[in-house]
Amino acid sequence: MELDDHLFRREAGRIVSVLTRIFGAHNLALAEDVVQDAFCRAVETWPVRGIPENPAAWLMATAKNRALDVLRRERTARTFAPELGRLVDSESTLRPMMDELFSTDAIKDDELRMMFSCCHPRLPEEAQVALMLHILCGFGVNEIAHAFVSSDAAIKKRITRSKKVFEKSTTLFDVSDNHEFLTRLPAVHRALYLLFNEGYHGASAERAIRTELCHEAMRLSALLLDHPHGATPATYALSALMCLDAARVPARLDAAGQLHSIWEQERSQWDRQLIDEGLRFLGLSATGADLTEYHIEAAIAAVHARATRTEDTDWRSIVTFYDRLQAMRPSPIVALNRAIAVAQDQGPDRGIEEIHAITDSDRLVRYPFYAAALGEFELRRGRRDAAAQHFRSALSLARNPSEGQFFNQRLLACAPDIRG
Amino acid sequence: MSEFTYLFRGRLTSGSPDEMQRHFETWAAWFKELDARGHLKERGHPLAKAGRVVTGKQKIVHDGPFAEAKDVIGGYIVVEAADLAQAVELSKGCPILDVGGSVEVRPIEM
Repeated sequence: MELDDHLFRREAGRIVSVLTRIFGAHNLALAEDVVQDAFCRAVETWPVRGIPENPAAWLMATAKNRALDVLRRERTARTFAPELGRLVDSESTLRPMMDELFSTDAIKDDELRMMFSCCHPRLPEEAQVALMLHILCGFGVNEIAHAFVSSDAAIKKRITRSKKVFEKSTTLFDVSDNHEFLTRLPAVHRALYLLFNEGYHGASAERAIRTELCHEAMRLSALLLDHPHGATPATYALSALMCLDAARVPARLDAAGQLHSIWEQERSQWDRQLIDEGLRFLGLSATGADLTEYHIEAAIAAVHARATRTEDTDWRSIVTFYDRLQAMRPSPIVALNRAIAVAQDQGPDRGIEEIHAITDSDRLVRYPFYAAALGEFELRRGRRDAAAQHFRSALSLARNPSEGQFFNQRLLACAPDIRG
Repeated sequence: MSEFTYLFRGRLTSGSPDEMQRHFETWAAWFKELDARGHLKERGHPLAKAGRVVTGKQKIVHDGPFAEAKDVIGGYIVVEAADLAQAVELSKGCPILDVGGSVEVRPIEM
């Protein structure tokens, strides 16, 4: 029997969520120890006795027994989750309490509770994302650093600091309070969006890592959709956006880590099932008065998904959507993407005009795709020298090998003039 | 053929879930290979970290063993090999060596 590739990682998030619910947020480290202990036992017993029939259930049951030991041994010395009150104190109440807390429904709520707790308002957004990846998705510090192309030390510092904030909160987030839930929900959306983007646009050149990050963001969004308060139009829009973008990953990034821009992707490699799912979610998001940036971004992704050939893309609609996005959340990157859509629709001259019209373009000087867009338009105008120069500066700003390779190739496309 | 006991000391105590899973997989693969080549005589037993230690005529009972993690026996198996040299050679594939542990190879007296 073979295990799922990331079984331990997935189960780590679930088990630590349940245990933190029981031990209390302040005992997060204790919960993590118990999870680690369950894994140690699996490593020692499974090779001898064979992999149990339901390995996930085995790990959960092992953690439960270990947690019972901890509660019995330390109930006088430590305080646990305040809402459990005196249930921990006597054997007659402890057992039934644990059975209830380890029921399937309770566990699902615990993951959600942990997700909302990680999005604590006192934590900066990037810390919320790192914390979610660490606690809820079971990534080690070095693995997160690797995915973010950051140093171990920097990520470790970020996570340690976030954990301190987390452990100081006396209770975990209460997911049954509808008002609190809806107040915190936008922060959760934002963190999931950033997590997804780290996979989609992120720094790592390894397709496997990036796919995993996207996958985790989608898994957590599915948990939200599964909760009666969580299935809001904005959650549907976010899920739609993720599905529609993720559908393009197989064509966007090939197995060698090479990037392909949307107009040269092999569209037959797009994942039809994800596109259908994304379009279904987009339909479900179109209720109520709330129009979020996720709605607009999903709508743009849907325009791409519906075009079977690049030249069939309805670029005019895309420009309109970028206008709305720009009104909602002005950013030079949105303006740049809008300029690219204008160029697709009305030609490279108009594209260059639009790029020059970006008011805060100084914020884009380190963004390699700014120079690359100018290079692309110059190339289309037949000005190969100017194009090559732009691609050279894009190349010097590349943030990872995939981007570097991509700009290098665009530079080669300017070649006839370079060679004279 | 003679029989040998492998006593495993130490254990992997830290590592991300993915690392723990890969460590398990190397153990499973090693067991499988020993078995496939006809060397795995008894799968033995994993041992819990701590129990009691009883000492002396007075039969004093202590919690324990309180050794360092790398010295605690975590389990044993029985291996069949031509001689001590081969048993030692086979033990070199044990994943515990990757995590700072050791294998004690002891011929079983017949």
